[in-house]
Amino acid sequence: MRDIVDISIVGAGPAGATAALVVGQTECRSLLIDEQRQAGGQVWRAKDRSILSAPATPESRSGDNLRERLAASGVSQMTDTRVWQIERQGEHWVIHTLRNGTAGRLYSRAVILATGAREEAQPVRGWTTPGVIGLAGATALFKQSIRLPGRASVVAGTGPLVFFVASEIRRLGGTVAAVVTPNTRADWLARLPSMMARPDLLWRGGRWVADLMLASVPIYWGHAVKSVSGDDRVIGVTLCRLATDGTPLPGDIGIAADSVCLGGGLAPSIEAAQLAGVAVRYRPDLGGWVSEAESDGSTAREGLFLAGDSCGIRGAVAAELHGQIVARTALRHIGQASASDPALERAYRRASRFGEAMTALSVLRADPIGLATPDTVVCRCESLTRRAIEDEIESGAVSSNAVKSGQRAGMGPCGGKYCQSSVARLIALQENRALSEIAPPTPRPPIRPVPVSALAGDFDYGDLPMPKPAPL
Amino acid sequence: MIRLVPDHSARIQRSEKVPFTFDGVALMGCADENLAAALMQAGVLHLRNAPGDGAPRGAFCMMGLCQECVVFVDGQSVESCRLTVSPGLAVKSRR
Repeated sequence: MRDIVDISIVGAGPAGATAALVVGQTECRSLLIDEQRQAGGQVWRAKDRSILSAPATPESRSGDNLRERLAASGVSQMTDTRVWQIERQGEHWVIHTLRNGTAGRLYSRAVILATGAREEAQPVRGWTTPGVIGLAGATALFKQSIRLPGRASVVAGTGPLVFFVASEIRRLGGTVAAVVTPNTRADWLARLPSMMARPDLLWRGGRWVADLMLASVPIYWGHAVKSVSGDDRVIGVTLCRLATDGTPLPGDIGIAADSVCLGGGLAPSIEAAQLAGVAVRYRPDLGGWVSEAESDGSTAREGLFLAGDSCGIRGAVAAELHGQIVARTALRHIGQASASDPALERAYRRASRFGEAMTALSVLRADPIGLATPDTVVCRCESLTRRAIEDEIESGAVSSNAVKSGQRAGMGPCGGKYCQSSVARLIALQENRALSEIAPPTPRPPIRPVPVSALAGDFDYGDLPMPKPAPL
Repeated sequence: MIRLVPDHSARIQRSEKVPFTFDGVALMGCADENLAAALMQAGVLHLRNAPGDGAPRGAFCMMGLCQECVVFVDGQSVESCRLTVSPGLAVKSRR
């Protein structure tokens, strides 16, 4: 007889892990699944074992605290496990996993998807050069390995992340060649009222900026990286000023650097929910396409719940509270008495206000594709340039699915995670349509790369039933 | 100079360095360190050539999504950002 879990939780970041802690207090059987070796998600990523000791940071403390609570709770964890497909079979959800090169299946009465976010990137000339990493990628490097991306880094991107990354480079003894952000000081001032909800975080961010200014690090407000130079490694970047609508203005600025951290805000990871049949809607204020879910996590699909950033980017603090709310919803679904908690919901709404203000700052300003020249690679996997994609749209491919089947933009190993928003923007631009009308392509499993050997399993070729060839 | 963000680099203690190779070139890296980070630290940024245009590529997302840092270990293609350094690890590139 196969094992059936009551509640499976996919993603052990702030939302998923706290949901697991709530579920773990009950009698029901639960399982927390994550692709990393330890819980914490991207924001509270655990250190490599190569780090014997290092000064604590607010993120490392939160992560360690979470991992300690999980260990003490006895919640069953399946780490280093990737989920590549989710489907409904009869009364249950089937989660297809990949662990140590072996495919497996889990059956669950209810599933909480807490798949978090990924980073949006703005394609510019040379952004594929070795030495260019994502802003979120840089934070992974700091949190996990406590390493620098290079000797002198240009840190470019939106929202608070750009200042966090620059500050971490300084804390780890590196050099920030420049901070480049499309946001203006006026953008930040306009968000001050919402940021007052979290004076502690406002204070922390203020210190990052003040430290950079004291260290005479140039901060280019209202600018963007226009191109990256270097052949097999970065040697410098070119910046330009942006007009208020986000279009590049003339007057290039060159900066020498051996590394670039480049980011354009976070986008919800919606693929797993899409495979499970959850619809998406366009919410640029929450990071782009988000999964459709109620604030208590319930979806149109029975027994499927969503928690945290995957239903809109609101940040770790909100995600932690949302996980607890959604866990209660899932418990009620499987018949456990679990009252909703008005205080928790109020705290979640308050944390969301701050998170949403940060997301609004992180969303790329108008025309993020405007910096891509015709020969700029847009789809990294297939090396497709802006021109190639525009030609495809011109020839009648006016949906993400059509560009995908025509040019393979989104069919490569990343599964379209790093090109789809750019492809959608190019379609919208060329067809003069709203971005909300350009839906992401139909999701297809696997949502993480799976070796064919893992699916095929062990078999002896001679044992395969071979029908006799038909007589001629 | 006044620093509001202190320099912590001297306070980080790491595991001992162990030898590993990248396309046969001998490198040293901290045992159990993330391979993509260790390669970056060793100055190896160019990890593969894009199949489409042959252009050099290196680690990008650092979270196992973009597939840019994929290398071969034991004949398997794996993301270097999801592997760790071990003594004698032989990494082959897609260059």
